[in-house]
Amino acid sequence: MEKRIVKKGIRVLLARLGLDAHWRGSIVVAHALRDAGMEVIYIGNQMPKEIVETAIQEDVDIIGLSSLSGNHMILAPEVVKRLREKGTQEIPVVLGGTVPPDDIPILKEAGISGIFGPGSSLKEIIQFISALGKK
Amino acid sequence: MAFGKRSKRQDLDLQSSPMAFKNLSGFVIDPVYGTENIAQLDVERDLGGPGEFPFTRGIHKTMYRGRLWTIRQLGSLGSSGEANMRIRNLLAMGATGVSICLDMPTIMGRDSDDPLCEGEVGSSGGVAIDSIADVRQLMDGIDLDQVSINWVCNAQSCVILAFFVAVAEERGISADKLAGTLQNDILKEYQAQKSYYFPPRSSMRLTVDTIKYCCRHMPRFNPISISGYHLASAGANPIQELAFTLANGFTYVEETIKAGVDVDQFAPRLSFFFKVHNDFFENIAKFRAARRIWARAMKEKYRAKDDRSWLFRVHTQTAGSSLTAQQPENNIIRTTLQALSAVLAGTQSLHTNAFDEAHSIPSARSEKLALRTQQIIAHESGVIHTVDPLGGSYYLESLTNKMEEESYRYFEKIEQLGGVLKGIEKGFFQREIADSAYQYQKDIENKRRIIVGLNEYREDGEEPIEMRETDPTFETRKIAELKAFKSQRNQQRVSARIEQIREVARGDGDFMPLFIEAVKDGLTLGEIIGAMRDVFGEYREEAIF
Repeated sequence: MEKRIVKKGIRVLLARLGLDAHWRGSIVVAHALRDAGMEVIYIGNQMPKEIVETAIQEDVDIIGLSSLSGNHMILAPEVVKRLREKGTQEIPVVLGGTVPPDDIPILKEAGISGIFGPGSSLKEIIQFISALGKK
Repeated sequence: MAFGKRSKRQDLDLQSSPMAFKNLSGFVIDPVYGTENIAQLDVERDLGGPGEFPFTRGIHKTMYRGRLWTIRQLGSLGSSGEANMRIRNLLAMGATGVSICLDMPTIMGRDSDDPLCEGEVGSSGGVAIDSIADVRQLMDGIDLDQVSINWVCNAQSCVILAFFVAVAEERGISADKLAGTLQNDILKEYQAQKSYYFPPRSSMRLTVDTIKYCCRHMPRFNPISISGYHLASAGANPIQELAFTLANGFTYVEETIKAGVDVDQFAPRLSFFFKVHNDFFENIAKFRAARRIWARAMKEKYRAKDDRSWLFRVHTQTAGSSLTAQQPENNIIRTTLQALSAVLAGTQSLHTNAFDEAHSIPSARSEKLALRTQQIIAHESGVIHTVDPLGGSYYLESLTNKMEEESYRYFEKIEQLGGVLKGIEKGFFQREIADSAYQYQKDIENKRRIIVGLNEYREDGEEPIEMRETDPTFETRKIAELKAFKSQRNQQRVSARIEQIREVARGDGDFMPLFIEAVKDGLTLGEIIGAMRDVFGEYREEAIF
């Protein structure tokens, strides 16, 4: 078993962006975060507006987005933008999925805290999120 | 002597890796297989000859000596114009069939101008289909009565079929001349791929509706491709893929019989779709077990008399989920091994993935290499010279038996749950698959499973790979095109058709003839699905993890 080194009670909202049906990655991550002692609120497919509203309502520490269909360049920055509009920019946004390397600097510039492409390990993701959640 | 003198140390190293001798289904593999492992095997009863019941050795007597498998590659891309060029290019390079994937909005039953589709129009290497105009352009210059088209569509299959039939009619080709396949497998959408909109029973009604239509009007067309591929992509291991796919197949058989169709009228047109993953012999055993189980059930349980009803005919794709983003050229080798196993397993049709697909949709170069992989296996390797060259292998036959037994165990469990639809409602398949996906990922992270370049033999500073450029203006152009198309329709007729569709949905009549007329009047995919959504409602499930 993995060592549970994370702070208890980090609340993570996980959503798939837009219509993207690919679910394996986000479900495996959800399972791993839960096993690492975090609270996972998995809301499936949503648009940025609903994601931000739910994040605020649920008082989450982190938002995790999943996209494998190519909408990440539009919708992921949109989530950050809406968080700023609501004055809740302290909630970090993390993205996982099929993200071409060239897009990474642009997304980071737009305020995405972490990006996990294909081949990322659950350990890295857990460590990253637990570090963010402690801040 | 140098050989035979393996050091103890080497043995120990292998032993210390506990997963080294387990296949993907988790079966422990013995050091060696012999007659004792297949003592129960009755060659005549359990294998038969190729083309003979129960078809373990293949569904045709001469297999690839008579006819090569269909080399079927994906010919889709954002716009129907581009996709058309890609299809023509693949056929020119020697592909003998094509598959067409849809973009995410089309998959989810939405038109390109729907606000939910922002950023996804023409996505995922799929083509954006809103109206008959898109299919007209997509099929332009392609011999519809020669080339078999595999439509990778599911919840929206009935509408895609209507577009296809209507476009063929415009070109003077009647539906009975059309060859090809609709994926149309809605059960696995709830279990794994998650592109559904209606509740399972309403979806099942649409699937049976298309099966009925094809039985009557399209004798060369497969109305369904019952798919394990997506179960496996979502995480199902090979034994789950095998058992769940067949269980789904039996469900379609039972539902169609319930709708009043004789089994021999539709069973010969049922087709399947499997994945080949990394474990070479496990892949082959899976196909052999599938053929045997299907043949026996169709003959003995469902009382099909036509021997074509007994055949498990299958399209295969190499495993997209086995591709790594790291050291992407390694994927060429993985794909080659997987493709070879599919051929040795006796597939009817094969798609080989391109090596860059963990990053993006294939480049022109990677797409060509994928196609050439199949041609090299076909023409250079010699494996097609004889039918079922691995038949009789102690290991393979024993593994086939084991997969068959384990499948029956799953069938029992599913029956206890009340059948496949009940199993879906109870989340049984979803949980099984999610658990396997998580287990697989943990095995990789704990190095119980070695993936070259990913968790072992890693390299720093990977070279960037060449990627296919996508057109960032496409979405805006597509929406404008759709607006122009909509403005030219007779709005009254459109509204009347929408009402008719709702009416049929409320009752229990047939949809297909109405859909064909509706798309001729310019109804879009989103409008037709939308009209049904008004009546059937939308299905939501809790995520299981």
